[in-house]
Amino acid sequence: MAAPPQASAGPAAVPNGAAPAPAVRTHGLTRHFGSQVAVDGIDLEVPRGAVYGFLGPNGSGKTTTIRMLLGLVRPTAGDVEVLGEAMPGRAGDVLPRVGALIEGPAFHPYLSGRANLRRLDAADATSDPRTSRARIEQALARVGLTAAAGKRYRNYSLGMKQRLGLAGALLRPRDLLVLDEPTNGLDPQGTREVRRLVRDLAADGLTVLVSSHLLSEIEQVATHVGMMSAGRLLRQGPLGEVLSAGTTSVRVETPDVDRARTCLAGAGFTARVTGPDTLTAAMPDRPVEDVAALLVGVGVRLRGLAVERPDLEDLFVAVTGEGFDVQQ
Amino acid sequence: MSSSKVAARQRGLRLGSFARLYRSEMRLLLARRRNAALLAALVLIPLFIGVAVKVSNPEHGDGPPFLDRITGNGLFLVFTALTVSLPFFFPLVLGVVAGDAVAGEASIGTLRYLLTVPVSRTRLLMVKTCAVATFTVLSAVLMSAMALVAGAGLFGVHALVLLSGDTVGIGAALLRTAGVIAYVSIALFGFAAGGLLISTLTENPLAAMASAVSLAILSAILDAVPQLSAIHPALLTDHWLGFGELLRTSVDTSALVRWSLLHLAYAAVFLSLAWTRMITKDVTS
Repeated sequence: MAAPPQASAGPAAVPNGAAPAPAVRTHGLTRHFGSQVAVDGIDLEVPRGAVYGFLGPNGSGKTTTIRMLLGLVRPTAGDVEVLGEAMPGRAGDVLPRVGALIEGPAFHPYLSGRANLRRLDAADATSDPRTSRARIEQALARVGLTAAAGKRYRNYSLGMKQRLGLAGALLRPRDLLVLDEPTNGLDPQGTREVRRLVRDLAADGLTVLVSSHLLSEIEQVATHVGMMSAGRLLRQGPLGEVLSAGTTSVRVETPDVDRARTCLAGAGFTARVTGPDTLTAAMPDRPVEDVAALLVGVGVRLRGLAVERPDLEDLFVAVTGEGFDVQQ
Repeated sequence: MSSSKVAARQRGLRLGSFARLYRSEMRLLLARRRNAALLAALVLIPLFIGVAVKVSNPEHGDGPPFLDRITGNGLFLVFTALTVSLPFFFPLVLGVVAGDAVAGEASIGTLRYLLTVPVSRTRLLMVKTCAVATFTVLSAVLMSAMALVAGAGLFGVHALVLLSGDTVGIGAALLRTAGVIAYVSIALFGFAAGGLLISTLTENPLAAMASAVSLAILSAILDAVPQLSAIHPALLTDHWLGFGELLRTSVDTSALVRWSLLHLAYAAVFLSLAWTRMITKDVTS
């Protein structure tokens, strides 16, 4: 069998300009349900080797988008390419290289965890039945479920179900993992393990598309982010770039609050008093260093000076403007 | 290696993987307690009838067709059991199994995981169809086998006195019985295919099962209205009891073939509609 191009060869490792197709690329992807527009012409791009945090409140179109990537839902308009192949047309070739956890795990309740994985593996026409047992045990071990593998799925806790879902996605080597809310229902320890698993997999060269509404979760693992709201992709790019697009501000601690504000306002900053002896100045374009120089120049006594970068959550709220309410 | 050999090997692999999924599907069907209970009930029906007949010894002409002949020949227990179970119990059993086939997976969410494994939608429907067909044959065979065993134990199996009064030997009688089972299986498969179609239309397995069962009931109701006699011969259930033809001296083979073709035509229509639905449906569950 011809080996599929490995994602481990990141863009940098590829000789002059022959960059591999992105792991996921959509163009004008749109889906209507009746008169409702669930996904509104989005151009998603997930580079190879990235851990792409796919963010958005419930009902923002993330899951519909993911279902279209995997060929479960057909787009009203637009194109989807996964691992360089058109979907859903090439699903038979693409999907064996994609592991997926879609909207929570789903298994047969009266079968054991192991029997459920056996069922999934039996369904895979391209998997080798001779290695099935070994791969199943390996996947179970990887998610720490070996001890509970013989229990019926219906008796699993939410966390164990989630782990079994991950094991299903890891039944064979993959080039792309699509994880929809992978830490749902996990305790803090389980959450940390999933995070480590995602990091390990990414280190092995896998591309991971992970959707979540837990922003701090994403911030810790993602290299890239995309922000969905009301069916639109509002921001997308490397995490650092997206974050730096947010307005950095500087917090000044000084007994001379009034003098400091006048000085900064005069220099074009929007500065407001945010506490006793504290003011915060936003500065879209100018570097942080300038603030100290300006203030010291007019004789303001400085007690402290701190740069405040927005985190993903600040940025998300700033971009979508409505927090995490379901949009109708 | 020549290209034809490669093609043959690929075909072999495809067949092998199809068989693998089919075995998994059958295990899933048979491991389910509900289905096992339904099969057990199917098997108990002839046993109950046999014991009841043994105890009460019915008068001539009482009860369903063939019942009064059981005491003379245990073989008739097969025909009696099939006759009483065809109008309602077989539709119930197969309606449950076929109705659950796709809708059940959709409702618990395993359908989306099967499709992203990936299993192509056509292939999944083929596997489901094969499994439902197997279950259909299995239920007809199990019931008949139990009836044969119970009939032989309680009344003995003798040369078969046909409806027309002629007698055929035990070997020929068993052959005709096998023909009856085959005929019933084909008839029931026409119905089960309808259950599969309904199963692709909804994500609610209970609704699918109920609708599938009502398919047979509806057909039986239409079949009972004399004013609709013009459409009776084309109804799904009209010829289900046509296996009686096999108990005549000169079997009207052409009628049996015609009816079986009707049942297969029903299956073909139901399955092509199910396929059309399957390959176009959005899986949002």
